[in-house]
Amino acid sequence: MSPASETRNSIIPPVSDRVRHRRRSWRMFKDNFARYFVAIGGVGAIVAILLIFFYLVYVVIPLFGGASMEVARRFAVPGGSETLHLSMDEQTEIGLRYTRDGHVLFFHTVDGSLISDQAIKLPANTSVTSFAAGAPGSEFAAFGLSNGWAIAVKSSYIATFVDGKRTITPRLEQPLGEAPIVVDLNGQALVQLAAQHEGEHTTLAAATQDNRVLLTSFERTQAMLGEDGELTATTREVQRSTEPVTRVLLNPEQRRLYIADRSGQITYVDIRDQSKPRVVHSLHVVESGLQITSLEFLSGGISLLVGLSDGTITQWFPVRDAHGNELLTSIRTFKERNAPINLIAAEYSRKGFIATDAAGYLGLYHSTAHRTLLVEPAATSALKHIAIAPRANALLAEDSNKQIAFWKINNEYPEVSWSSLWDKVWYESYDEPKWLWQSSASTNTFEPKFSFTPLAFGTFKAAFYAILVAVPLSLLGAIYTAQFMSPRMREMVKPTVEIMGAVPTVVLGFLAGLWLAPFIEKYLPGVFTALLLVPGGVLLFAYAWRALPLGLRTRVHDGWYAAVLIPLIIALTWAALAFSPTMELWWFGGDMRLWLADELGIAFDQRNSLIIGIAMGFAVTPTIFTIAEDALFSVPRQLINGSLALGATAWQTLWRVVLLTASPGIFSGVMIGLGRAIGETMIVLMATGNTPVMDFSVFSGMRTLSANIAVEMPEAELASTHYRLLFLAALVLFLVTFLFNTAAETVRQRLRRKYSSL
Amino acid sequence: MRAWFRSGSPWIWLTASAVSVSLIMVLGLLSMITYQGMGYFWPHEVQELQYQEPGRPAVRLIGEISDHEQVTATRMRESGLDVPAAVLRVDRFLVKTGNRELGGADFRWIVDLGMRGQTIPNDVMVLERREWGNFYGYLRAVKEGSSVVAQGEAAWPALRERLQRALDIFDRIHTIEKGDIGAVNYTLEKLRLAERRLELDGNTDAALHGRIAEQRNEQQAHYGLLQQQLADLYLDLGRDSLSAEVADGRVIDVKLAKVVRAYQPNTMPVIEKTSHYLQKIWEFISDEPREANTEGGVFPAIFGTVMMVLIMSILVTPFGVIAAVYLREYAKQGVFTRIIRIAVNNLAGVPAIVYGVFGLGFFVYFLGSGIDQLFFPEALPHPTFGTGGVLWSSLTLAILTLPVMIVATEEGLARIPRSIREGSLALGATKLETLWRTVLPMASPAIMTGVILAVARAAGEVAPLMLVGVVKLAPSMPVDLNAPFVHLDRKFMHLGFHIYDVGFQSPNVEAARPLVFATALLLVLVIVLLNLTAIKIRNHLRERYRALDG
Repeated sequence: MSPASETRNSIIPPVSDRVRHRRRSWRMFKDNFARYFVAIGGVGAIVAILLIFFYLVYVVIPLFGGASMEVARRFAVPGGSETLHLSMDEQTEIGLRYTRDGHVLFFHTVDGSLISDQAIKLPANTSVTSFAAGAPGSEFAAFGLSNGWAIAVKSSYIATFVDGKRTITPRLEQPLGEAPIVVDLNGQALVQLAAQHEGEHTTLAAATQDNRVLLTSFERTQAMLGEDGELTATTREVQRSTEPVTRVLLNPEQRRLYIADRSGQITYVDIRDQSKPRVVHSLHVVESGLQITSLEFLSGGISLLVGLSDGTITQWFPVRDAHGNELLTSIRTFKERNAPINLIAAEYSRKGFIATDAAGYLGLYHSTAHRTLLVEPAATSALKHIAIAPRANALLAEDSNKQIAFWKINNEYPEVSWSSLWDKVWYESYDEPKWLWQSSASTNTFEPKFSFTPLAFGTFKAAFYAILVAVPLSLLGAIYTAQFMSPRMREMVKPTVEIMGAVPTVVLGFLAGLWLAPFIEKYLPGVFTALLLVPGGVLLFAYAWRALPLGLRTRVHDGWYAAVLIPLIIALTWAALAFSPTMELWWFGGDMRLWLADELGIAFDQRNSLIIGIAMGFAVTPTIFTIAEDALFSVPRQLINGSLALGATAWQTLWRVVLLTASPGIFSGVMIGLGRAIGETMIVLMATGNTPVMDFSVFSGMRTLSANIAVEMPEAELASTHYRLLFLAALVLFLVTFLFNTAAETVRQRLRRKYSSL
Repeated sequence: MRAWFRSGSPWIWLTASAVSVSLIMVLGLLSMITYQGMGYFWPHEVQELQYQEPGRPAVRLIGEISDHEQVTATRMRESGLDVPAAVLRVDRFLVKTGNRELGGADFRWIVDLGMRGQTIPNDVMVLERREWGNFYGYLRAVKEGSSVVAQGEAAWPALRERLQRALDIFDRIHTIEKGDIGAVNYTLEKLRLAERRLELDGNTDAALHGRIAEQRNEQQAHYGLLQQQLADLYLDLGRDSLSAEVADGRVIDVKLAKVVRAYQPNTMPVIEKTSHYLQKIWEFISDEPREANTEGGVFPAIFGTVMMVLIMSILVTPFGVIAAVYLREYAKQGVFTRIIRIAVNNLAGVPAIVYGVFGLGFFVYFLGSGIDQLFFPEALPHPTFGTGGVLWSSLTLAILTLPVMIVATEEGLARIPRSIREGSLALGATKLETLWRTVLPMASPAIMTGVILAVARAAGEVAPLMLVGVVKLAPSMPVDLNAPFVHLDRKFMHLGFHIYDVGFQSPNVEAARPLVFATALLLVLVIVLLNLTAIKIRNHLRERYRALDG
């Protein structure tokens, strides 16, 4: 047959081969295009949602990376004489060097070139015997002289921009006046000196050649007509020690004085009232054979960092004991190497510090996190001086060869460690180690408290109470709906439960916080009575039901029990609530909250776990119900019929056959419900007080991981530790729920396969 | 008895009671929100009360009784009330007395013990005001400037007439302030940005700069004109006032400019009350909020919610469908697809706040800042897309609802019998043609269900939005009359967040509560309707495929 006759039989109009070919290839092209398009689009969409996980991890990882540092440049020490102290400005561009001949040198940290050399006027025939630097950032310092005098200086600079270039004009002031301060009237050389200056308050503390410790306070005498009065210095002897004093330290608030001597003893002096310095206590902080080789404050001036001759660094701070006495207590210890610690430099605003040892090793530490971030050889022999940059991103280190190395430090997130996240941490000014979450800083030197434990505890507490409410309600309900309910009622109940699951949580939270919480507070006894009365009443009603004449009873089918019970339950609850004030009068002296506090010692928060349990239980019930009901309903009919045919009652069949078969499904429902309860945000945000407490009481609130994110995320600074920690919280939530859901899903799929084989 | 227990019948009753409790909870919740939310708009009776708390002087109160409860005398004694020893229980009423600027609070609890007299005066008047909440009192006179124009019987009609005039003027002011001046400000900002852009590009073309300056002058001249108009209108608006006697006997002057609505609820016939009721509901739906969101309407929140959800569904539908089609029709079924399927399923259970965190980090800070650097450098350091906005919110919720969409669509695809695909392929159709002509149309109800469920979920989700762009009061809506009309970078208001914000962040929660109930009702209504539709479609679908399978 010719092709022409072939096409005549077809319903498709005849076309030439070429056209047909073209059409076919166009169709094939479209088909192929669609294949790739769908593959790319589909994979893209799936990748997009999986991206969440990777992005969270990507943000979190830097938290756990260590620190690194490298020498950016080296230069010779600018100027002559011996260095007493080094410091650096915030931009890490300008260095300051205080020298023994009374000079203050400003230099560029790029190449060590001198910007300015300022000198103080030393009195004739004296030399500098000691030096004290004020609080980090104050740029206040004092030189102690060989005749018992001291000279206080404050260095600063003004940066001006001329043609886009920064020009530095350094200044050296003497805030306490040009005349030297007479610290020791006996004229002994000051071998150790400490100085703090803040606004109007200045204090000096010094140790003399003959081991006396002196405290000099300043007072401005009232002058005539708004003119500044004159400063008068008063010196008092604090202590006369037997051992040579190796260090005196004054905290920035000028309320505490610490004196260390050669025997390894630290004396803590309370100088809140400077006219009456009070020795609080003395303590040997080293074992015999060891010396204190270095002593510095941690940022904020509360903690002492004690470096010892065996390479140990110990953090101490005063802790109030049971009698209210402040005692220096050893908090935590770092030990990386064995050479004596010779220098310690604390960061300005974080609780981190850098320490070096006599062998030239340098370590980066963080006290709160109890973390050693880095230990590295910095020089072949002991460093002479180190200065940390205010942002802790650079370090100046002078070695024994009169060379200064400028180190760049990359140490963004030292505050986080496994122990600081989950273990009890002993924070400054606390009496004992605690789990605390307190992220917002009130001051620059605030010690952030990043413990996830109270948040995780709150999360599980909320989930626990929610599950406590939801599981009985949803599982019993699912059992009845799947096994006993009449199909017509089931058709109404199932959508209702789905609607229950669709109610926005913000609405539930609002009702829980603004309506339910005050309501329950008001009817507390009634609510608890209702919890007992309702099940009891239902059982009684069931018993009475049996006594009804059969004719009446059979009118209502088993499958409608739930409908019959609705008015009963409403009536019982109403009765319990109506009698609530009466019960409160009879048993609880008229106010149950007060009774709870007085008799049981339980504090009552209005927005408590009971509210959360009910509100979140409401949110979780439909989830569990739907999955469990599905599992129960699809238990193969023949199993049930078989059991019933063998003479088991409906309840026995349910208990021994249906529940057992469907248990994986029920399990997975509970798991998914739990997952939902853990991640729920709005309800807990609105219906609890959001305080991170750690107690299991029904009458107290909690702060959950999710609510914490919602509260703090908008305020967290981009890429800060706090920001990344909140991402970590999100990651934890993600992983926990993902784990629960995966477990549930796997179990459910297995169950489905089992059913299909039955 | 034991036999009865052994029969298991009591336990069946118990399981039934769990269903009953759940039903009571759902229906109770819905009816309570409905009652509280709808009741708010009805003009309630205003009472005059003679009240004397034990040990205090007698006072006259005017207000609506809005709540009643019984508490034990002990609790009342603790709160400082002198209750006679014989009394065990105290009835107390919450009275909305309004006049916040005079008394300090809108609400006051009074106890039954101190109630000395209760009347429902005919001529009591309620004013809804632009600030300080409601005003209750007796109208004494209407004034123009400082001269009385009407008093006694004539005052009320005069007030209504003059109030209408004031409202008209206020409308004109509002139009100028929001519309015209808003447009001027918008244009000025555009010009500033254009200039900054030129500066950044190093463009010193005098003609361009000149044109910008010229346009700016033009706008500023226009602005001056508008200012003049406004000043005149404000002068006009401030002309009238009323004086009214309040509960404590003082006579207070109230500017009509501050009044939104005046009515005498105790003499209103039912028809008028109904019309008042409907007007209030319309105001609630169509108006902007007043007084830190505690009064007025929620239109911007409705608009924001709808817009965000719309953009989200435009984003989520194609991607959800394509991903589902890929998983079900194209990908080779095996371990890999099973894992993906489980993962996608589980992502639907990941807490919403996690998506919010992701949205903030990835969309806002990463993508948004990138876009700003590339396309909007002139606005920096003020972020354009580098801060929360309606686009990022929609994207975040799209990612959040994508699993829902994929799962629903896949389910729909899985329900279509193989025979239909095979039939189509056997007739010579390509895979794409099969998909496009038979499979997808048949799955369309399932896709629809997915979209509806996604929309319902997105509309109710608040936690992630708090991080990526929702605000309590947006200065301007994401769609307006200024080109390019749709501003995806703008922050927006949202019904759910409105509930959270007004209910928990507002300084006057008691006064705001009814409005929050109304907002909650609106939100729940929308979501319940969406869900019911989805359920209907799904059930319908099941029936259809059951027929096919057979």
